[in-house]
Amino acid sequence: MKRKLWTILPILVLALLTSASFARHDDDAAPQVIELKAKRFAFTPGEITLKKGEPVILRLSSDDVTHGLYLKPLKIDADITPGKTTDVKVTPEQVGKFVAICDHFCGAGHGNMHLVVNVVE
Amino acid sequence: MKKEFNRRSFMKIAATSFGIGALYQVLPMTASGESEEFLGFLGKQNGEKPTPFSFVQLSDTHVGFHGPPDPLGTKAFEHAVDMVNGLDTKPDLVIVTGDLTHDSENRTEQAERMKLFQEISGRLHAPMLKLVPGEHDAGLDGGTLYREHFGQTSYSFDHRGVHFIALDNVSHPKPEVGAEAIAWLKKDLARFPKTAPIVVMTHRPLFDLKPEWEWFTSDGDDVMNVLAPYENVTVLYGHIHRDNEHDDGHARHYAARSLIFAFPDPTVTPVDQKKPIPFDKERPFKNLGIRLVNENPRRRPASASLEIRDVELSLREFNELVGSQQLLKDGDL
Repeated sequence: MKRKLWTILPILVLALLTSASFARHDDDAAPQVIELKAKRFAFTPGEITLKKGEPVILRLSSDDVTHGLYLKPLKIDADITPGKTTDVKVTPEQVGKFVAICDHFCGAGHGNMHLVVNVVE
Repeated sequence: MKKEFNRRSFMKIAATSFGIGALYQVLPMTASGESEEFLGFLGKQNGEKPTPFSFVQLSDTHVGFHGPPDPLGTKAFEHAVDMVNGLDTKPDLVIVTGDLTHDSENRTEQAERMKLFQEISGRLHAPMLKLVPGEHDAGLDGGTLYREHFGQTSYSFDHRGVHFIALDNVSHPKPEVGAEAIAWLKKDLARFPKTAPIVVMTHRPLFDLKPEWEWFTSDGDDVMNVLAPYENVTVLYGHIHRDNEHDDGHARHYAARSLIFAFPDPTVTPVDQKKPIPFDKERPFKNLGIRLVNENPRRRPASASLEIRDVELSLREFNELVGSQQLLKDGDL
């Protein structure tokens, strides 16, 4: 019986360690969430920095009217409807300074409502 | 043997700056056996033989806009109207490519701005005035108030052998024409031969000029694909408050200056610095203007057949007084 236990125990320990390791790996892989609020006529924060190749989730919400978030090079094209959050997953593939805009007309200052997105190595 | 004509060169535009908009001249090519034959061919194909005429493009008058960077309100617009009325070559047509008014949250206020636009534009001595909305006219209510004052936002008409199309790319919340209007465009064009001279008037550029400044139309490629079979297409637009010429290999696109304030050159301005050019007291109409177009299908070389002059407003043109006092005396500041 004792001998059998010594045979099974390492397997159990290994299984536990492997399981813990996988769990930790899953946590590492979960994309970072960045909350962005849209309110006429600005995004808060107004500038974010992302890493090339690392996925992030932009969690978008509006404090007033429907806005948009549009940035073609990063394939972002979302509506931001008041009363709910909208998640947009982004994996930047190129380094640079980009400007995302509100592309849902929201009033007189709409033309200057933008978000600076820096993508670094 | 089938006669080959350089049809694409027929409606090309050459531009000259006026500064408050643009005058276009639609000029058939010079009288020659070949040009007569070509015009006859077009007349037969299109139903109406092109004949010379001129038209003016104004844009982005933003009636109701107050404060920096332009404290002069409607003065540039009113001056542009006086200038058009004083032209030696009387235009058949004046077009305004959007943002006739600046938007207001207050419906009554917005309606008053539209009425003021009608009052000022009503002083134009031109047989026809054709409009298309900008996002500041139609973006907040989907164009409801605009339609009540000015009629349909997308429509077409023919004038002296040229087919004009007003195309709304602002009434949807996003910068797009939309599937319904594109279907209408296809249907509208279906009755024309590929040789028909076509002028599209719209507000936003139909190509990606500067998406980071919202200088684009998301389904602009779809629109241009519908127009692709046609050999003589010119697109006139506003929105960007400055001159711009673009040849996409098939059609030519021309932006007119604004009549309220100018935006800087996007090619030399940091992408996050879209700000109007500051007001210059010494030259209050700097960078503002009109465009004159002369259509003369007979003109040679054929590549210059649609002649454009962009004209910048100057102080001297304003009641012949030099200096900013004349402009500022009404206490607008």
